[in-house]
Amino acid sequence: MGSYVPSTEEQRREMLKAIGLNDYRELYRDVPENMILNRPLDLPEGKSEMEVRNALAEMAAKNTVYKTVLRGAGAYDHYIPSIVKYIPAKEEFLTAYTPYQAEISQGVLQSIFEYQTMIAELTGMDVSNASVYDGATAAAEAAAMCRDRKRRVTLISATTHPDVINTVRTYCYGTNDELVVVPAKDGKTDIEALKNMLNEGVASFYVQQPNFYGVFEDAEALGELVHATGAMFVMGCNPIALAIMKTPRDCGADVAVGEGQPLGMPIGFGGPYLGFMATTTKHIRKLPGRIVGETTDHDGNRAYVLSLQAREQHIRREKASSNICSNEALCALTAGLYMATMGPDGMAEVANQCMAKAHYLENALTAIPGIRLRYDAPFFHEFLLDMPKCKEIEQALAEKGILSGLPYEDGMLWCVTEKASKATLDEVVSTVKEVLA
Amino acid sequence: MKLIFEKSVKGRKCDILPKCDVPAVELPEGLKRETAPHLPEMSETDVSRHYTELNKQVHGVNCGFYPLGSCTMKYNPRIDEEAAAMEGFTNIHPLAPKSSVRGALEVLDTLRADLCEITGMDGMTFQPAAGAHGEFTGVLLIKQYHDSRNDKNRTKIIVPDSAHGTNPATAAMCGYQVVNIPSAPDGCVDLEELKKVLGDDVAGLMLTNPNTVGIFDENILEITKLVHEAGGLCYYDGANTNAIMGVVRPGDMGFDCIHLNLHKTFATPHGGGGPGAGAVGCKEFLKPFLPHSALMEKPGRLQVRGFMGNFLVCVRALAYVMTLGREGIPEAATNAVLNANYLMQKIKGTFTPAFDRICMHEFVLDLSHYEKETGVSALDVAKSLIDYGMHPPTMYFPLIVHEALMLEPTETESIETLDWAADVFRKLYELGKTDPEFMHNAPHHTPIGRPDEVKAARNPIVRYTFA
Repeated sequence: MGSYVPSTEEQRREMLKAIGLNDYRELYRDVPENMILNRPLDLPEGKSEMEVRNALAEMAAKNTVYKTVLRGAGAYDHYIPSIVKYIPAKEEFLTAYTPYQAEISQGVLQSIFEYQTMIAELTGMDVSNASVYDGATAAAEAAAMCRDRKRRVTLISATTHPDVINTVRTYCYGTNDELVVVPAKDGKTDIEALKNMLNEGVASFYVQQPNFYGVFEDAEALGELVHATGAMFVMGCNPIALAIMKTPRDCGADVAVGEGQPLGMPIGFGGPYLGFMATTTKHIRKLPGRIVGETTDHDGNRAYVLSLQAREQHIRREKASSNICSNEALCALTAGLYMATMGPDGMAEVANQCMAKAHYLENALTAIPGIRLRYDAPFFHEFLLDMPKCKEIEQALAEKGILSGLPYEDGMLWCVTEKASKATLDEVVSTVKEVLA
Repeated sequence: MKLIFEKSVKGRKCDILPKCDVPAVELPEGLKRETAPHLPEMSETDVSRHYTELNKQVHGVNCGFYPLGSCTMKYNPRIDEEAAAMEGFTNIHPLAPKSSVRGALEVLDTLRADLCEITGMDGMTFQPAAGAHGEFTGVLLIKQYHDSRNDKNRTKIIVPDSAHGTNPATAAMCGYQVVNIPSAPDGCVDLEELKKVLGDDVAGLMLTNPNTVGIFDENILEITKLVHEAGGLCYYDGANTNAIMGVVRPGDMGFDCIHLNLHKTFATPHGGGGPGAGAVGCKEFLKPFLPHSALMEKPGRLQVRGFMGNFLVCVRALAYVMTLGREGIPEAATNAVLNANYLMQKIKGTFTPAFDRICMHEFVLDLSHYEKETGVSALDVAKSLIDYGMHPPTMYFPLIVHEALMLEPTETESIETLDWAADVFRKLYELGKTDPEFMHNAPHHTPIGRPDEVKAARNPIVRYTFA
């Protein structure tokens, strides 16, 4: 019904006249006549704002919003403080383009600089980029930045999120490089297998911490093995866990990446999310994507700019480290805002509550006959249970407004965040008991 | 202004979470973090004021004219934001049972059908998160197609020298050797140059049409035919779709696959550099190669990111397409072209258009003569525009025009704004002749003057250092 075109019909005719044309068709005179679409588009008629709102509200209502989500597997339902929802909706942040013009973009540039600092702090690394698309592409970009002329093979642990493995595989397919999956043993990377797979052709090894099953990997030991053969060590970390767990830097990682969604972004059916990437000073010029740097203007005022652009596609074209330009700037702003709102103590509190509540549920569920923890190892906020009747349990919990753990490989992968109350977790346990009774 | 870390006060915080109601569990010793990260410690007032202060130092589409060529900075409707913020969309898990996300699947199916109709394609994925990511996805379709036919000799992708830098970078990420071909003077494909490089080693061609100088390549059918005859496929870079949507379709031009920037053509906001969405469409024969999430959908296919893509951006785009509908889509395109031609006409007589002919949705000014005459560069003019509250056009692109300024007004600007903008250009044209020094030092009314980019690159400071 509307196209947001402000000019009136009279004004449009005036404009046509000003450029010496008689009708709209002449604007397209370079388009061969036989190619012009000679029928209306097969779309519904345009709708008023009110109708559009109602139609989309109806679609939204067809989705089930659970009061408690106990499913993670790469998308984590954390509490989002009110202010973290409001600020990114400010129209200037929302509608600006990439900050090419520093003089009128200091707000965006500074928010990215602050985000880069917080990611560096969280991971213990020296430097961060301005973001990439998501955790999976961050892993793929990390693999690419570790390759050189001699070392081309990428190793990735089988305990990694399946979408991450497949995305890295896809990027490797692009550049005709080899990806080899290191097998798992008892829910962790098989360290002996890794030892046998490392050689002089290996560029990097990627491990997820905590891994897809929620289990903590022996990251330091893995890192030492990898470095012993001269390859690079890449860790994909959960950013909430990082508030309390040993940093990738302290585990010896050369590159730390991860999915930033838990830092204030809704689960949103899979996106937009945020890929974070951090590395050591040594590798800064290999880091893909935008990076904001500090400088001064001609009066000596502190100023921020898009920096180190000689790495990027608009300068290097086919020799660029990546083709990325647009990233997830507003999500990076959101993540910085989330971390500032929670503060170091609040972040640790979220992590500790996740851990405590996950263990509470795991304890209670494994006390039920027929249910056991598949991998008996320290875990964070996810755990894989061997249990019968997964579909029935999923259904029974759904009826109570609870999204169960993810049915996975004949078991269930559960995730508990700070949002779940003890009362709800008790309800889960009693419901599972009822189903299995 | 101060950094957020410089405003932090030890011990200050926001109260967000309730007390933990289950017994605490400690991390095993060897897994514990040794020192807490330096994150800001702020009250909620501090946080609110800090980001408000930052927000004041950003020029958005809501602030004023934003004719940033090839970026399609049209108005971002607020109803699209409201739709994307609905709880039924934000609070659904990508791995929830299909029966509980029927509305989300309906959003994607409806948008897919609409965008396929607009582009003349048969299938579409929403996995790519941005335009460059869409290019990557599209060229991977081409690669998989040749591989599936065991046609392993095709190692080259043809890219005109007027192309955006992402095109050659993408071809390289897909393992292809890039063959840059010189464009004709008007930025269009030089058919003779194209014929010279076509052969059984060519996997495909990447092309933007209208091209990067805002001209529709009238030989497009011949171009795609030549590539197909050589056994290659044609990829359409959708950066400039706003000029043609509802008027002419890439599918009818002979393209096999395309990407669309939902954050340009379909009015979703750019967020200061993302999140965008780079939907990729293809013809029927390429559908088996579209990416899928290993965990959500079919295993055994490639994928370019996790889950389904930037879903909430797709919700916004659908709200936009529903609003415009059958008539609104071509109306938007036509008026984008009308506005560009009108603005070019009004500026003509001062700064010189690189190509003095009817343009599509954008046009390029060539300031090389003006620069020789006055010493005032395209950069100086761009920076001077800022003092008038206008976002500068795209500068020094495409590379085939020297001292280029590329203007794309979009359809959502009024004739009053265009007249005003032309006036500003006229004033600056005169000013450069009388007071070039003033323009070398522009902008004069911004929080900072021109930053020293060389210093930033030589001595990279990319994070705050804590005392």
